[in-house]
Amino acid sequence: MTGKDLPALNIADLQSLLRRREVSPREVIDVLRARIQDVDGEIDAYLSLDFEAAAKEAEKANVDLPLGGVPIAIKDIISVAGEPCTCASKILHGYRAPYDATVIRKLRAAGAIPFGKTNMDEFAMGSSTENSAMKLTRNPWDLSRVPGGSSGGSAAAVAADEAFGGLGTDTGGSIRQPAALSGVVGLKPTYGRVSRFGVVAFASSLDQVGPLTKTVRDSALIMNAIAGHDPQETTSLNEPVPDYTAGLGRDLRGVRLGLAKEYMIEGTNPQVKAAIDAAVKHLNSLGAEIVDVSLPHTDYATAVYYILATAEASANLARFDGVRYGYRAENPKDLLDHYGRTREEGFGPEVKRRIILGTYVLSSGYYDAYYLRAQKVRELIRQDFAKAFEKVDALISPTSPTPAFKLGERSADPLQMYLADIFTSPANLAGICGISVPCGFAEVDGLRLPIGLQLLGKALDEARILQIAHAYEKSTDWHKARPPIAAAIHKA
Amino acid sequence: MPKTADLDVAYVARLARLDLTNVETELFQRQLGDVLRYAEKLREVDVSHLEAAAHAVPIFNVFREDEPRDWLTAEQALSNAPRQANGLFIVTKVVE
Repeated sequence: MTGKDLPALNIADLQSLLRRREVSPREVIDVLRARIQDVDGEIDAYLSLDFEAAAKEAEKANVDLPLGGVPIAIKDIISVAGEPCTCASKILHGYRAPYDATVIRKLRAAGAIPFGKTNMDEFAMGSSTENSAMKLTRNPWDLSRVPGGSSGGSAAAVAADEAFGGLGTDTGGSIRQPAALSGVVGLKPTYGRVSRFGVVAFASSLDQVGPLTKTVRDSALIMNAIAGHDPQETTSLNEPVPDYTAGLGRDLRGVRLGLAKEYMIEGTNPQVKAAIDAAVKHLNSLGAEIVDVSLPHTDYATAVYYILATAEASANLARFDGVRYGYRAENPKDLLDHYGRTREEGFGPEVKRRIILGTYVLSSGYYDAYYLRAQKVRELIRQDFAKAFEKVDALISPTSPTPAFKLGERSADPLQMYLADIFTSPANLAGICGISVPCGFAEVDGLRLPIGLQLLGKALDEARILQIAHAYEKSTDWHKARPPIAAAIHKA
Repeated sequence: MPKTADLDVAYVARLARLDLTNVETELFQRQLGDVLRYAEKLREVDVSHLEAAAHAVPIFNVFREDEPRDWLTAEQALSNAPRQANGLFIVTKVVE
């Protein structure tokens, strides 16, 4: 193993080297820094890097801790003390987090080292990372395409071997969809499983923090560190945290997997459909029983999601008023002008669009018709899943109906962009957990684009979907494929 | 459900304390009109027997002991202020 190969390692393999003292945490940081210098000019996954702080952490790292000496990339919506936390928004340009989010405190306690903040759609609003006010992140498999979003920076960084693992947030698919489009593993935990304290709120009834990694085992390792009750967060579940690696390696005999007919939608890319069909056959051959189920209210999920998510966002983003932190407009003539211009100049177009929609659906005369009705339909969607999970252990679907699309291809049509969440947002509405794992490639314009298989599990059943995903992963080779940018540099 | 034509982006923007250019107002009027038309499908659903779900997990009224604890110092709380003086945030004038 040479230094050049080191960034290609997954977390578990990196830990073996660290624990055998074949490489030091400090060397890992230096190699990662060199890798990012080589590659990130093309990918633009990172918004800020602090290798000085990371090197200091590395010097005193205890490699025998669960994530000892492992550098982790952090989506720029999660507070890391002393570091920028911009949410890829001009309104937070220059802002530095005064404290660590609970997930960062827990990662540090497990020995991990945060070293860089990754790009995202502004305030996590988007499915392509193109809504970043800072830069465009490119898909490592095809630099003319998006990495997915909103956690596109973390997904692209992991895919391009610029990070061993990363954290993202998922409000309607923002971990799972970029994981699928970038060819990595992404887990959205159960609502309440991972604390959001210190994470900038987008839609508080939907947001969850979770890992983006190269393998399912790495996902379990990060979950072991970040899951658990946080007295500083009122929606945090006070439930025991299992060892998420314990069930990895178990076979699939007796496991029942559900296929929902409502997820067989027109408009799913034929190569995506073929890859999912093959994955279902493969899971069946591993011993899983495949069961047809119905989620009858699926067709309403996107409408419910965009009403509830924008309503909550419009309330959460009211705090950006240019008073206590963030951008403030110059020379306001009065307070209304101060608020109106600060927010006009500070927010980008998608954030403005969602604030308007969210304010409208909460406004007098429209609240019952939109917001209240959407909350009630949400309950039907939750019940659909509860009924399905009486019959099956997990549900299978594509993560995204298409592989990565071209930069700019959908940015003029918000509704088309919103419909990209069709397979992912129902899990957020129902509060259940979900994971995306690589399950094949689409050949487009002579390039291979990753396809993701989504497994949805009932609330607090992360261990189960990790076990199923792991059984799939270890009997396939998809996760071993590297994007051209990684391969090119490793050859050089 | 109200008619989507009821959406008045300029009015809602004032409620949201968000100035918009004329170009943005017209663009959002059209784009959000599309989104609201799409959302009209929720009208088909019978919701008469349902309670609204604020979120998917049954947690209510989480309390903790009302005990003092360390939190941000004044200096930390002011560290990102756009304008400050004498340990205070300077705000835009609100009284004549």
